[in-house]
Amino acid sequence: MGAVRNILRWLVPLGLAYGIVLALIQVGVINNYLFATMMTICINIILATSLNLVVGFTGQLALGHAGFMAIGAYTCAIITMRVDGIVGFVLGVLAGAVLAAVVGFLIGLPVLRLRGDYLAIATLGMAEIIRVFINNMGITNGAAGLSGIPRHVDWNWMFFFLALTLVFLWHYIRSAHGRRAIAVREDEIAAEAIGIDTTRVKVQTFTIAAFFAGIGGGLYASYFYVLQPSQFGFLKSIDILVIVVLGGLGSMSGSIIAAIVLAVLSTFLAQFTDLRMIIYSLLLVLIMIFRPGGIMGSREVSLGILGKVFGERKDPAAMVAPPIVKQDDEEVPSDEEVK
Amino acid sequence: MQFSRRALFGTTAAVAVAGTLAACNASPSGTNGADGDTIKLGVNYELSGDVATYGQASVAGIKMAIEEVNAAGGIDGKQIEIVEVDNKSDAAEATTLATRLMSQDGVIACMGPATSGNFKATIPVAQDNQVPVVSGSATADDVTVDADGVKEYAFRICFNDSFQGTIMAQFADENLSAGTAVIIQDNSSDYATGLAAAFTAEFEKRGGSIAATEGFTAGDTDFNSILTRLRGETFDVIYLPGYYSEAGLIIKQARDLGIDAPILGADGFDSPTLLELAGTGPLNEVYFTNHYSSIDEDPAVVDFISAFQEANGEEPNAFHALGYDLGKFVADAVSRASELTGEAVKTAMAETQGFTGVTGTFDMDENHNPVKSIVVIGLADGVQATSEKIG
Repeated sequence: MGAVRNILRWLVPLGLAYGIVLALIQVGVINNYLFATMMTICINIILATSLNLVVGFTGQLALGHAGFMAIGAYTCAIITMRVDGIVGFVLGVLAGAVLAAVVGFLIGLPVLRLRGDYLAIATLGMAEIIRVFINNMGITNGAAGLSGIPRHVDWNWMFFFLALTLVFLWHYIRSAHGRRAIAVREDEIAAEAIGIDTTRVKVQTFTIAAFFAGIGGGLYASYFYVLQPSQFGFLKSIDILVIVVLGGLGSMSGSIIAAIVLAVLSTFLAQFTDLRMIIYSLLLVLIMIFRPGGIMGSREVSLGILGKVFGERKDPAAMVAPPIVKQDDEEVPSDEEVK
Repeated sequence: MQFSRRALFGTTAAVAVAGTLAACNASPSGTNGADGDTIKLGVNYELSGDVATYGQASVAGIKMAIEEVNAAGGIDGKQIEIVEVDNKSDAAEATTLATRLMSQDGVIACMGPATSGNFKATIPVAQDNQVPVVSGSATADDVTVDADGVKEYAFRICFNDSFQGTIMAQFADENLSAGTAVIIQDNSSDYATGLAAAFTAEFEKRGGSIAATEGFTAGDTDFNSILTRLRGETFDVIYLPGYYSEAGLIIKQARDLGIDAPILGADGFDSPTLLELAGTGPLNEVYFTNHYSSIDEDPAVVDFISAFQEANGEEPNAFHALGYDLGKFVADAVSRASELTGEAVKTAMAETQGFTGVTGTFDMDENHNPVKSIVVIGLADGVQATSEKIG
């Protein structure tokens, strides 16, 4: 019964989301522009939730997600430009994801022994190396990049890969593997003391994150026609990290919400060409000041209405994952206490 | 009882969300760019991000051109309305915004983006929506035509990179009587590598030889090691395709090392920053290909420069001039179009004959490239001293 309920918990919202969007497309409410924005959102969700696994759930600050995305994107583009039809696309996305995972594994082995800032710098360097490779290889067409990549992604494919990512990560976090990852985040020494192989846990989550970043990259390549190495620079990694931090470290639904909020914001601000970046940045600063733990902290949306309908009271993830960042007002004593 | 109340609430919420979405979206639909008294044209440029200077300069030129057209009564009594969006120098954003301009705002032609990569990202969208896209400055060779043939809805009004490289090789051979050249190229830019390849091909065809090729990466600041290596070679000219930020430093450091051979470049040199970085002394015997020259005495150019200076308080560079020509070109095509649809404007653009702009007079060829001349500018003490039209 528990297993069925667990599956219903993701099947129902995902099914609803799929159906509603499909219906809106059929009716014509979602025009091409809204659809393109939605594709960006979906790709960002895949990238952000996978990065969240490393940064939010395992507590390792990695700044190289754009590198894995680039591997996935270029692999998918190169394959779809040579193998025609949907076969080439599926093959491309999967090959890109696998290649990204392999690279993630190989890089993760030495690099994940580092901690904190050192890890951040090392992963940053790794992403730059990947970009420089792409910049100088013949098959990637160097700095000019690839253009005329056939577009195969439609709502069905996008949703399939998005759902695959979310369902996998959702179950992974609630599995023994996920709990080990959270243990590493909470206290690495204590985790090691109770027999958790911390390096293995870190490499495992890093490899999985790289795999899904590869999928995100493949979908990106197949939707946006053009790839250039400059698209996968340092700032792309930061963009993804912004979504994760803004949504809340250790909150899958936070990443989803943040990806949507940022895209809507960016779309809305497109009309103020001169001020858009200022307003956008200012809003980020304000959100971080007033909600330092991100929009969701490390809590998950338990889908209030639906959750209660199915008799859910509490999210198991919320119990094992207390907020990492304390609210400011908890630390500073109030006036009454000082008196 | 409780269950049904919640279910009811859920349904209401879902309906409300769907309704809001529908309401938000119902108003700006429609694909006709000429409703009422205005003609809508899209402007999709890099107004922020890495190459914002190009985008902003182009848009300043476009706006000036469109204001002139509107002041002169518009097209058939209809005013042109510009829908301006910022693609943040990002190719994916350029695709998304092109989709918005064509499917939501209902423009009948799109101008921009400025760089080749971002422009290419909008071409499939143009194809899908049957709305032409035109760039004033996308110079990569394969922008409007590639192995699959010409891109039906993509046009540009600037010459391409290989033409610049070819003309510079011709100039080196005929005007500077150079027999050997060395190349210092920006390996991280397709623009620079494309120019270098075209220069090499033409220069060798004319019997010249390339003594050495050195590379650097955008962002480098110290070029002494490659310049010291080159000092050991014998050569007549240096070909330096790249952008002003590195070129300025390379020219300065080369002259400091006593390399006084002529330095040849391309339109990436066209920026006041070149003078700031190199200083007046080193900027002698420096030649570069460009779209137009500010010392041109053609009345159309003189008028444009004085009008631009009056409106913007600065001397126009090539991007301003190309933006201005782009605005005029699109307005011209719209006025010649049989009806106000993307399809008709595309046909008019393809049929362009003898269009005269600040950057020259051109016809549109079957590959949607303009057939136009190129200007080789010579610098003396950092200011434009000579300009020669070739091609």
